[in-house]
Amino acid sequence: MCETCGCNVTHGNRHLAYAKNELGVSAVTVLKNLLSENDSQAAHNRAHFDQQKIFVVNLMSAPGSGKTALLEATIDALRDEFRLAVIEGDLETENDAERIRKKGVPAYQITTGSACHLDAHMIHTALHQMNLTDVDIVFIENVGNLVCPASFDLGQHANVALLSVTEGDDKPAKYPVMFRAADAVVLSKIDLLPVLDDFKPVLAEYALRQLASSAPLISLSAKTKAGLPAWLEWLREQRAAQGERVRRGEIRRPRIQGDGVRFHAASV
Amino acid sequence: MHELSVCQALIRQIEIIAEEQHAVDVKTVYLRIGPLSGIEPALLAQAYPLASAGSVAFGAELRIEIAAVRVRCQHCHAETEVLPNRLICGECGDWHTQLIGGDEMLLTRIELVKRSAVLMEAQHV
Ligand SMILES: Nc1nc2c(ncn2[C@@H]2O[C@H](COP(=O)(O)OP(=O)(O)OP(=O)(O)O)[C@@H](O)[C@H]2O)c(=O)[nH]1
Ligand SMILES: [Mg+2]
Ligand SMILES: [Zn+2]
Ligand SMILES: [Zn+2]
Repeated sequence: MCETCGCNVTHGNRHLAYAKNELGVSAVTVLKNLLSENDSQAAHNRAHFDQQKIFVVNLMSAPGSGKTALLEATIDALRDEFRLAVIEGDLETENDAERIRKKGVPAYQITTGSACHLDAHMIHTALHQMNLTDVDIVFIENVGNLVCPASFDLGQHANVALLSVTEGDDKPAKYPVMFRAADAVVLSKIDLLPVLDDFKPVLAEYALRQLASSAPLISLSAKTKAGLPAWLEWLREQRAAQGERVRRGEIRRPRIQGDGVRFHAASV
Repeated sequence: MHELSVCQALIRQIEIIAEEQHAVDVKTVYLRIGPLSGIEPALLAQAYPLASAGSVAFGAELRIEIAAVRVRCQHCHAETEVLPNRLICGECGDWHTQLIGGDEMLLTRIELVKRSAVLMEAQHV
């Protein structure tokens, strides 16, 4: 008999008390998305954007696939039609924001330092530093990286992934997380196709469909402007559709963090 | 290496739960991660000791269950297990499928020691 509390721990059964040590471990079932904190911030950002009736597009690609060049060409084409603003994400430098400002469009540069992606908190800081009054479309140019940005919801309405013809037509098969997250895929730098005869646009599209993606594949060159009208038309359609959703009180999330997460969180 | 950011978010979640549960130690952390979540389990495990240093989560064992990639076919309604970069129906080959598993990154379970259990233990020794 234990002197202090009157329990039955003796030399003979002390090992059971140690077993009790194991029993002292309690299990808590959680089922929480690891990025739920980022996701709540993203939902908050989206509410800001929706309240101001702004359509927000997140551009993602490998470094140098032509995101900033596409934005420059888009600004030239749409400057009289829409009010635009850009949030630039880079590891270092203000270079991309400077390129956008030269076109007369406000740009906010986020330098992430060592982080290889933008997250919803960075976008929140940016959007409160910017004057978004009467802005129609905000473009977010994510950090050049085909892996990390795909996991972080920012509060955008649509994801666009760029694939330049210098990268190889098997990229969707190698980076399924990124390309599955895209609402549209832009095949960029098609002016270089004549010299890159081993890049087959049909194979890029095949690899994309293997990801069960119905995203349109828009081929263009920001340099020659070939194919640009289809991109501009996609933007106009998507912006109009987003305006309709906001009027109906619907919230639109991009394909990031797809159906599986919600399914499993709910059913287990 | 966004696994460090993800791991820091995980540690914050563990800390909140440990606090709610009046836990003094976290023994085991269970995660379920799918190949389409964009998270590399090995990199996450590597980041864990660094991200958890100084927190109640430090020293806990990390158990990561890899979720299978599964799709449901909109054409033939079959549910099949598939490869991460081949999300077409395993039955009929149609690409109009819906992902039903394989992109999760879930904290599923935590085993922890509550303060009350430690007090009881102290009384018994
Ligand atoms: N030939 C050709 N070159 C292009 C085209 N678009 C971009 N480039 C070139 O590709 C390089 C990278 O273009 P950027 O627009 O800076 O690419 P980015 O994706 O913004 O790069 P990061 O922000 O650093 O990831 C530059 O030298 C561009 O001139 C194009 O349509 N055709
Ligand atoms: Mg750029
Ligand atoms: Zn990363
Ligand atoms: Zn089928």
